[in-house]
Amino acid sequence: MVDYQPNAVLSTQEFKVVGSRPIRHDGADKVTGRAQYGADIQLQGLLHGKILRSPHAHAKIKSIDASKALEMPGVHAVVTSADWEQPSGKIEDLAEGSIHNLRFLSNNVLAYDKALYKGHAIAGVAADNPHLAEQALMTIKVDYEVLPPVVTFRDALKGDAPILHERLQSLSNPGLRAGGYKSDDDTSKGTNLANQFEFKLGDIEKGFQEADLIIEKETNTSAVHQGYIEPHTGTARWNTDGSLTVWSSTQGHFNVRDLMSRMLGLPVSKIKVIPMEIGGGFGAKGIIYSEPVAALLAKKANRPVKVTMSRTEVFEASGPTSGTNVRVKLGATNDGKLVAAEAHLTFEAGAFPGSPVPGGCNCIFSAYDIPNTYLEGIDVVINKPKSAAYRAPGAPAAAFCMETAIDELCEKLGMDPLEFRLLNSAKEGTRRATGPLMPYVGFVETLTAAKEHAHYSTPLEGPNRGRGVASGFWGNGTGPASAMAIVNNDGTVNLVEGSADLSGTRVAFAQQAAEVLGIAVEDVIPSVGDTESVGFTSNSGGSGATFKTGWATYEAAQDVKRQMIARIAKVWEVSEGDVEYVDGVLQHKSDPELKMTFQQVAARQNATGGPITGQAGVNPGGAGPCLATHIVDVEVDPETGKVTVLRYTAVQDVGKAIHPGYVEGQIQGGAVQGIGWGLNEEYFTSDQGVMMNSTFLDYRMPTSLDLPMIDTVIVEVANPAHPFGIRGVGEVPIVPPMAALSNAIHGATGVRVNQLPMTPGAIMEAVWDKNGK
Amino acid sequence: MADVWIPTGMQILTDGNQRVQVVGRTVRQIINNLETQYPGTKSRIYDEEEDDLLPGVAVIVDGEASQLGLLERVEEESEVHFLPAIGGG
Repeated sequence: MVDYQPNAVLSTQEFKVVGSRPIRHDGADKVTGRAQYGADIQLQGLLHGKILRSPHAHAKIKSIDASKALEMPGVHAVVTSADWEQPSGKIEDLAEGSIHNLRFLSNNVLAYDKALYKGHAIAGVAADNPHLAEQALMTIKVDYEVLPPVVTFRDALKGDAPILHERLQSLSNPGLRAGGYKSDDDTSKGTNLANQFEFKLGDIEKGFQEADLIIEKETNTSAVHQGYIEPHTGTARWNTDGSLTVWSSTQGHFNVRDLMSRMLGLPVSKIKVIPMEIGGGFGAKGIIYSEPVAALLAKKANRPVKVTMSRTEVFEASGPTSGTNVRVKLGATNDGKLVAAEAHLTFEAGAFPGSPVPGGCNCIFSAYDIPNTYLEGIDVVINKPKSAAYRAPGAPAAAFCMETAIDELCEKLGMDPLEFRLLNSAKEGTRRATGPLMPYVGFVETLTAAKEHAHYSTPLEGPNRGRGVASGFWGNGTGPASAMAIVNNDGTVNLVEGSADLSGTRVAFAQQAAEVLGIAVEDVIPSVGDTESVGFTSNSGGSGATFKTGWATYEAAQDVKRQMIARIAKVWEVSEGDVEYVDGVLQHKSDPELKMTFQQVAARQNATGGPITGQAGVNPGGAGPCLATHIVDVEVDPETGKVTVLRYTAVQDVGKAIHPGYVEGQIQGGAVQGIGWGLNEEYFTSDQGVMMNSTFLDYRMPTSLDLPMIDTVIVEVANPAHPFGIRGVGEVPIVPPMAALSNAIHGATGVRVNQLPMTPGAIMEAVWDKNGK
Repeated sequence: MADVWIPTGMQILTDGNQRVQVVGRTVRQIINNLETQYPGTKSRIYDEEEDDLLPGVAVIVDGEASQLGLLERVEEESEVHFLPAIGGG
């Protein structure tokens, strides 16, 4: 029986509202089914769109004949890539890391001249109902010239490999992660090697010469899906003035707007995107699939169209994360000091360039102080769905190799793994492998908290059991964000902000506004504004929403305070400098008789000058990285290799937990996804590029029935770049679990499994190899 | 003068130097002066048509990823890096 340890918050700074656990404003609607998700939208005259998808992983599209479909009663439109102009192949930056080669993106939404993966969208149909639309799909005749596919990076890099994109330019520029497009007069041979990145620090050869012990390790991971429970969906309606309204399940409605503007050739002012409640995204809903097709169909049909993916379509035609190969070489002295580290990361991008290999390079060594390093990252295209972001993109696969290599080092050195990490920990001022200096971070604090946790010191008894630890790093993002605080005359505030709410962020913003204004959080009513109701806000991703839109909220609330001070100074006929705002009360600094509450000023706002609305548009720097350390106990069945997770503790530096309950949820959710990635999940793909397990029955994700409670320790090392000390929290929890599990499995069995997932079969094969069977 | 770190792939343009000293009070001035010292470097990180950093290039000044790009202030002792922009999930 495992003792349950309550979640802990190790706090360094207390506030009145920030740090409390109010009930989220959207909670009741979500648990009672009233919340409106993308597929819930109902409009007059709504048609249903379905997509015809390629059965081949690699094929030229010679012709498409949709005449039979168009003859069917109830079918109103068919679209292909011929229905829009091919965008430029120039890469564009749509703000906050939203980098796109629009030609590749539009080709992914609707194939242009080639089908590049099984499931690639070829045509769209709009009909009176989804079943009729599916029947119509079956009548569309596509003449394919089937080509041999490449489904592994090794095959893709061979000299005689089939080439996916004849115009793909192989790049080594730091800027061009999304792949380049050769100019039209460049006739050089095509390549599947999209990008190559290199980072050097110190003298790697000298570093290895100084090492007493060198470990080399190679790991492989399969593509896995983010597994959000809500499929992609988009609904489009053209208005009589030629503008377009889109309802979307998205992490970034402004990004949807801007991408559709480029792809449809419509000004942004003519597109309104309304973000619906979102049933999970984890990074993968920062891109578009359904919305442009819905818009094209709606234009042709002259009626609104909704396009919603099935689960199989989500697996086969939206972006999993990359399959990877990572090779690490570490050198350390006999007393455990890391002196050299080298890594080669090869990531499969899928059908179009842009895997998260730069993220892997950015993170793999960042938790440690290593003076001599070399990093190489390679981005390879293959005939599989284009990879998409998944929680700390690039970092989990990188950490799987690095953190298990560290475990091997510790074993050979006879050193405690947490002591090793403390000895080599990155701190403020540590030079990172990619070059910059580390800002103020809480790695030492998380390691210390892990070391002092009861889990780490509790003896692990019983046969076939092992304990593993691993750490993880993620850089965290930021970007432009906007908020408006509208004061109502009853003393409440409508807070309109621009961040799609994936994780309870709207209540976190309400808390921050309430803290600034000195009012109850229940008196702040948050909502997510559409693209016409609030200023530009970049995607809810990169663990940046609570930081950047928290800043916007903070500034908007400060703006309200300033206006209230000005207003009451006018009422009292004093100078503004004589008025102070303390805990929701405006008072004269020297005359105690002059005092009014926030609610009283709010009630008189119209009579004293007009409505009070605070607003802010920000683009704040200083998001600050975060680090985590996880401890896991497992039992491995010696007959079957099945792994049972007995106990799991996740320790993380969060800066400041605005709402500890939702921070705990983020940590637990990320850990569970990492456990699934580590033990169960993978794309089974045939040698013809067909995914064989494209349902939740066969793509096995863990549920609450499979796992014990994930205990969390929230360590608060305040980020100096935010008024409440916030660091992003949502992504780093997925980084350590796979390595922690591998290290625990080693403790239980004596074998190291260097591929993911670590299925019972993979573990037994490793055990049999070790025993010479 | 600011300490400018050159991406590995670009060091061939800076005589193999990983770090070079460049005068400039903004990132724009740094890039222009770097080009003067080492011709060919500007086009690797700057988009002439958009008058902005190339898409996907992040500039890190004194350890922080800049949100102002070319406008970011650079101090006398600042450290400047050009790195791939990292997207999140």
